[in-house]
Amino acid sequence: MKLELRNVRKSFEERVVLAGINLEVKAGEVVSFIGSSGSGKTTLLRCVNLLEPIDDGAIFLDGDEISSVGRDPNPVRRRIGIVFQSFNLFPHMSVRRNITLALTQVVEKSADEANEIASSLLKRFGLGEKIDAYPDQLSGGQQQRVAIVRALAMSPEVLLLDEITSALDPELVGEVLDVVRELKGSGITMLIATHEMNFAREISDRVCFLASGLVAEQGSPTQIFSNPTDERTKQFLRRVQAVGKT
Amino acid sequence: MPRWDRVRESFFNGERLVDSFPRLLDAFVLDIKIFAWSTPAIIALALVLAITRSSRNPALFPIRIFVIGYIDIMRGVPVILWIYLIGFGVPGVGLERPFNSPLLWGSVALVLTYGAYIAEVFRAGIDSVHESQRAASRSLGLSNSQTMRFVILPQAIRRVVPPLMNDLVSLQKDVALVSLIGPIELLRQAGIDKAKFANFTPYVAAAIIFLMITIPLTRTTDYLLARERKRTSATRVR
Ligand SMILES: Nc1ncnc2c1ncn2[C@@H]1O[C@H](COP(=O)(O)OP(=O)(O)OP(=O)(O)O)[C@@H](O)[C@H]1O
Ligand SMILES: [Mg+2]
Repeated sequence: MKLELRNVRKSFEERVVLAGINLEVKAGEVVSFIGSSGSGKTTLLRCVNLLEPIDDGAIFLDGDEISSVGRDPNPVRRRIGIVFQSFNLFPHMSVRRNITLALTQVVEKSADEANEIASSLLKRFGLGEKIDAYPDQLSGGQQQRVAIVRALAMSPEVLLLDEITSALDPELVGEVLDVVRELKGSGITMLIATHEMNFAREISDRVCFLASGLVAEQGSPTQIFSNPTDERTKQFLRRVQAVGKT
Repeated sequence: MPRWDRVRESFFNGERLVDSFPRLLDAFVLDIKIFAWSTPAIIALALVLAITRSSRNPALFPIRIFVIGYIDIMRGVPVILWIYLIGFGVPGVGLERPFNSPLLWGSVALVLTYGAYIAEVFRAGIDSVHESQRAASRSLGLSNSQTMRFVILPQAIRRVVPPLMNDLVSLQKDVALVSLIGPIELLRQAGIDKAKFANFTPYVAAAIIFLMITIPLTRTTDYLLARERKRTSATRVR
């Protein structure tokens, strides 16, 4: 297993957000998380990236427990990239510097190597021109693409994407999702929290529906979207359909 | 009834003005010097205090408590009192020259107090950087201190330049407080001239000299504030 969550629990004060999540993700698999707002999608991804300490349970990467207390999170984070909904880029740095910062400071690549990585990745995703631009000179879609490139520059084995299109104008969503489409099949393992049901259906190998702090139901996209068995999944899908998001 | 000719004679006496002005300007050089050597020390101290106070390292907890106490105490007492206490008090405990100079310890008092004021300015700047910036940086594998150095501080400092300038304008004026413990700077020289001729014109001249510095500084601050506001509102609305 690439990634394994065993009985992961997380509460904020009284509020139980993750109530014992069990999950196994194979290398190269694309798993989407859906569920209503507040169901814990973001919290789950942040726990996997060790941005939130978990209260109980364990997280394994390649069989290696990464969640143990006292363990240095930084080497783990190199192997697990994350892209957030917004405020990803460092606004005071050029696109180039945004990408090369961690390469030079964390994995100690030379400035030339880092530059080479940045420019070839940017070219690959159609952003070659933007290497010396600053984030506020880019559209929201371009910013999110740069954020993905920045995460990819560290050659992570797992990529976590947390609603990367929710803050975007509808016409910019496509270009960002195209990047994710291109990544699927490249061997990278992806965990995606999303409200874009069509996208989840298209891209995922497996869809997990979160409710009450647990994976209430999981299965292939067809199974979850066409034949959900859990009553809460059905209700949730009816609700998103009603607001026209399916 | 106050008489205009008496007012003019006492406050705006041309002869006294011409006589005092060069001497006052000379004395003002000391104000500039105190300002010039205190400011870098103040900024350095303030940065150290602010970074320590904003740190999330649990091991630094006792130091953080100490820093909070220090800032509260320095800010809770008038600057002039610290200048008396440190500037008069410390040289009096039997230090040898040159370490018994009121000028030195007066400057130290300014550094210790203004360091605390400006630490709060920096802290506000650090707090104003969105939490996701920290998360974005940490998620790339950068350590806490690398995050502070490369991501948080550069943004924080940029944002606090205008309020920082405001405090520096205050400092420029408060430098004159050091005169109260001896060194002959502008305000003190004006007092001497005033006493000699029983005429207030030297004070007015001193005020003009302060204004020559503080008004341009204040206008620059306003300009920077306006620019910052324009910049942030342009990037926020999307
Ligand atoms: N740092 C925090 N402190 C306190 N409560 C938090 C914190 N982070 C999240 N929560 C709470 O945890 C719950 C789950 O939040 P989370 O962001 O994981 O949900 P989500 O499924 O990502 O929702 P959305 O679809 O709106 O993004 C929410 O009730 C939220 O208020
Ligand atoms: Mg979320």
